[in-house]
Amino acid sequence: MLRINCPFCGERDHSEFTYGGDASIRYPALDAPAEVWHDAVFLRDNVRGLQRETWHHVSGCRQWLVVERDTLTHEIVSVTAAHPGVAAALEGEQ
Amino acid sequence: MTRYSAWSVFKNGLTGQRGWERAWRDPEPKAHYDVVIVGGGLHGLATAYYLAKNHGVRNVAVLEKGWLGGGNGGRNTTIVRSNYFMPGNRDFYEHSLTLWENLSHELNYNVMFSQRAHISLLHSPGARDAAARRYNTMRLTGSDGELWDLARLKREVPHLNYAPDARFPIIGAAVQPRAGTARHDAVAWGYARAADQLGVDILQNCEVTGVRRDGGRVTALETSRGEVRADKVGFAVAGNTSRLWQMADLGGLPIESHKLQAFVSEPLKPLLDQVVVFGVGGAHFYISQSDKGGMVFGGDIDWYKSYAQRGNLPIVQDTAEAATSILPCLGRVRLLRHWSGVMDMSMDGSPFICKTPLSNLYLNAGWNYGGFKASPGSGWYFADLIANDRPDDTIAHFTLNRFERGVIIDERGAGPDPKLHG
Repeated sequence: MLRINCPFCGERDHSEFTYGGDASIRYPALDAPAEVWHDAVFLRDNVRGLQRETWHHVSGCRQWLVVERDTLTHEIVSVTAAHPGVAAALEGEQ
Repeated sequence: MTRYSAWSVFKNGLTGQRGWERAWRDPEPKAHYDVVIVGGGLHGLATAYYLAKNHGVRNVAVLEKGWLGGGNGGRNTTIVRSNYFMPGNRDFYEHSLTLWENLSHELNYNVMFSQRAHISLLHSPGARDAAARRYNTMRLTGSDGELWDLARLKREVPHLNYAPDARFPIIGAAVQPRAGTARHDAVAWGYARAADQLGVDILQNCEVTGVRRDGGRVTALETSRGEVRADKVGFAVAGNTSRLWQMADLGGLPIESHKLQAFVSEPLKPLLDQVVVFGVGGAHFYISQSDKGGMVFGGDIDWYKSYAQRGNLPIVQDTAEAATSILPCLGRVRLLRHWSGVMDMSMDGSPFICKTPLSNLYLNAGWNYGGFKASPGSGWYFADLIANDRPDDTIAHFTLNRFERGVIIDERGAGPDPKLHG
């Protein structure tokens, strides 16, 4: 069982989350050439080791997170909000 | 090499079982081969066998980083079927099934292929209509398929949960009678022995650590047992295709590595004569009973990318829930073993048997979690591709550039996300 330390809710079992996929993908501009879109949608580096990936805390705060995780050992190195503006806004409320 | 027969079993039984020879040699790597196959799993071994048998290419090596039967070939739920709908998949898997039907005979090795029928449970009129379309298409194109109503299903498989308040009440089943199971290790050993007999070198404990290139060609593979040169190279590894691809400096692939867990219970008396499968909403489950009596079953992949060959508890819970909802009589059965394998999940759930950007490198990959049933057909067509340097029409769709061309083969209709193609 992975334990993900959600910056909003604290440490939770990964079964509260859904996996989003590779966070390193940058989607190109809408009018970018088809080859560029092909690479972004279909090609993956498929890292064996530390990768940045997105997880959705779907049974918690419902925020999207960026998790740095080792895909071989499952060690989690860092967890941050996927949208930095959300974290900043929540901190501003307190 | 001793040919296995009733007579050899009888003779060795009377002489203390001392007359058996080893099933395949353990040679030192040669410096050069006509063809080197990376990956000594079912697909790699089948490829080597058909290269030698069908195409007369005998100077072949299979490089295996571990031992035969130690990877996904030895850790799957052993189901063999060809109930596919999409053109491109249908003919391929049907050919594979016809190879299975004669495999024990052909290899002179009992792979324990058992055509006990594959039963997909139906839970709604919509599912029944979709199954009628798929199974009628199969029948029209030379395969076999039947639709069973509830009365027939109850007669054939009496122990399922037929209660109207079941989690997913059953209304019938789509059945492929020629489908079934086979003994997974025996398939690896059978292909290895038959390939070895035709001169193929099977090199175990031989891990590829680097790929040498000269421009647009592969010249040699660096391995833990020294450098091996080759005229042609085929990649046929599960789970780690991307790593080999990067060793060859070829960039990204439409593949992610995910893991799948499977389970076997303590042995029971005969309970289930068929393979039974159900999948509705988030639930997915398949089960059969091995010849030793263990219930062999599995469910979904773990939903997140991983190269670790170990599973997690939420999937154990999901699968156990599915098991007891469909076969409540398993409620108090103890789990004997549970294992996890790493697979190539491709972007459209379909495989690759194709040429690559390098002129003498060939790719066999992306079997998602259905590679076992495909292994004879996969080896057959991959050997044909390597020997003749052009794809047969049957595998013409299994290319890497199908995504560029917009001809993805998405049997499940799930879209370009590997985790959804379970």
